[in-house]
Amino acid sequence: MVRFENVGLRYGIGPEVLRDVSFEIGPQSFQFLTGPSGAGKTSLLRLLFLSLRPTRGLITLFGNDVLRLGPDDIAALRRRIGIVFQDFRLLDHLTTYENVALPLRVQGRDERSYRAEVIELLHWVGLGDRLHVLPPVLSGGEKQRAAIARALISRPEFLLADEPTGNVDPPLARRLLRLFVELHRSGTAVVLATHDAALMDQHDARRLVLAEGRLHEER
Amino acid sequence: MFLRRRRRDAESSLVRPAAAIVPRDGVTSRALLMVIAIMTFVAALIVGAVGLVRETATQWRTDMVREVTIQVRPVEGRDIAAEIGKAIEIARSTRGVLNARSLTREETSRLLEPWLGSGLDLNELPLPRLIAVRLAQNVDPDFDSLRAALKKDAAGATLDDHRTWSARLAAVSDAIVIAGFAVLGLVLVATMLSVSFATRGAVATNRAIVEVLHFIGAHDSFVAGTFQRHFLAVGLKGGLIGGGAAALLFAVTGIVPGVLSWMPGGDEAAFLTGQFALDRQGYLGIAGIVVLVALVTTLASRITVRWTLREIE
Repeated sequence: MVRFENVGLRYGIGPEVLRDVSFEIGPQSFQFLTGPSGAGKTSLLRLLFLSLRPTRGLITLFGNDVLRLGPDDIAALRRRIGIVFQDFRLLDHLTTYENVALPLRVQGRDERSYRAEVIELLHWVGLGDRLHVLPPVLSGGEKQRAAIARALISRPEFLLADEPTGNVDPPLARRLLRLFVELHRSGTAVVLATHDAALMDQHDARRLVLAEGRLHEER
Repeated sequence: MFLRRRRRDAESSLVRPAAAIVPRDGVTSRALLMVIAIMTFVAALIVGAVGLVRETATQWRTDMVREVTIQVRPVEGRDIAAEIGKAIEIARSTRGVLNARSLTREETSRLLEPWLGSGLDLNELPLPRLIAVRLAQNVDPDFDSLRAALKKDAAGATLDDHRTWSARLAAVSDAIVIAGFAVLGLVLVATMLSVSFATRGAVATNRAIVEVLHFIGAHDSFVAGTFQRHFLAVGLKGGLIGGGAAALLFAVTGIVPGVLSWMPGGDEAAFLTGQFALDRQGYLGIAGIVVLVALVTTLASRITVRWTLREIE
């Protein structure tokens, strides 16, 4: 599904933030991406969701060399990837329901065709009673769950989550982890970036560890 | 189970109509609306004025070509009255001529009055005499043969078919039309540039939204569409305000001379204000400008959003 070969990344003329990174992510796999702050986790995630291009090396995503993709190919691939941002990136003028339905709206689907689906998912993430609320009114945990629901609504094959438990208390973090595990079991490949060791200890999965721009694996 | 379904159905019916992905307030401002309204007003005035000039020039030219003049200069040793008679005969026998008559002495002296004063005895001066020739409508008179016949048989008679005047008037009216369209082009370019600046600002203000849309797989055309819709609305609204104001102005200036003519000294005032009454075609032209401005606004915003998105990418 995803293949990195000797990938290097630098911003402008600065030093390389990622060096010789090579790994593969298979379909229906689950992995944590971890490492200290500033190790390059977010940069690696940005490479994974095509927000950045590598300065060297080869990245293939769903069999495509990312350097050869045009804007329309990138949009088409992004529809197969779900992303949960650390800062949620919900649109403040849209309700929880509208935020979660946005990926389907972007695909040009008729609102009536997905209304029940979106409401069902919002119930599943525990936001059934917050459908018509605007994000500024939601708590950190609620925003997190709304962001997760938005990433899941289009049934992505590959889910990327950047510190999805960073803003919530431990019980809610455990609940969210269970949600990701459940999603993985239903067939989605998951990359969960976190520096929360306690969280990783709760689920036995592959760990991709980034340190000073280099990647190694732990089990 | 049944209760849960009923609850979901109730929730489903509470969903509001989907809000705009990019909020209107963050995209278009009142200032842009005013700029578009003013630009449309100016463009509509130009179209109306150009239409009036063309119409008036065409009217003058039609009147002018319906009448030509034969000038008979006195020639020594010839009786001018006889030459006038011959010229009238020749003119009357020409195809397309409705009538030809010599201007009476009184008419000629009235024509010359501003230059030579009143109480003039034409017999004392070797003045040319004029023959007014009225032409039939829809028949092309044979001026060349008329000119040749006059030269041959009527001494001192020449034909003035106002061709020079007509050509000059046509040149002036064409120049005004071209200048009008050039100014219209400039106004439209200025509108495009204003919209382009506003669009760049709107995309910059809503960059976070644009990024989210990209990350969830929106094509550039979808993102451009979300902005374009707002600009189409503001273009139409501004266009209607500006075009409506221009149409109203033409309507009022069309009525004013009529109203003034009822008042004392009204005719003079009406002469000063002129007759600015637009016909149906003129108002259709203004409607066309409104549509054109809305389209230009939409197109300018679409192109600018796509350029800006390429820069962001």
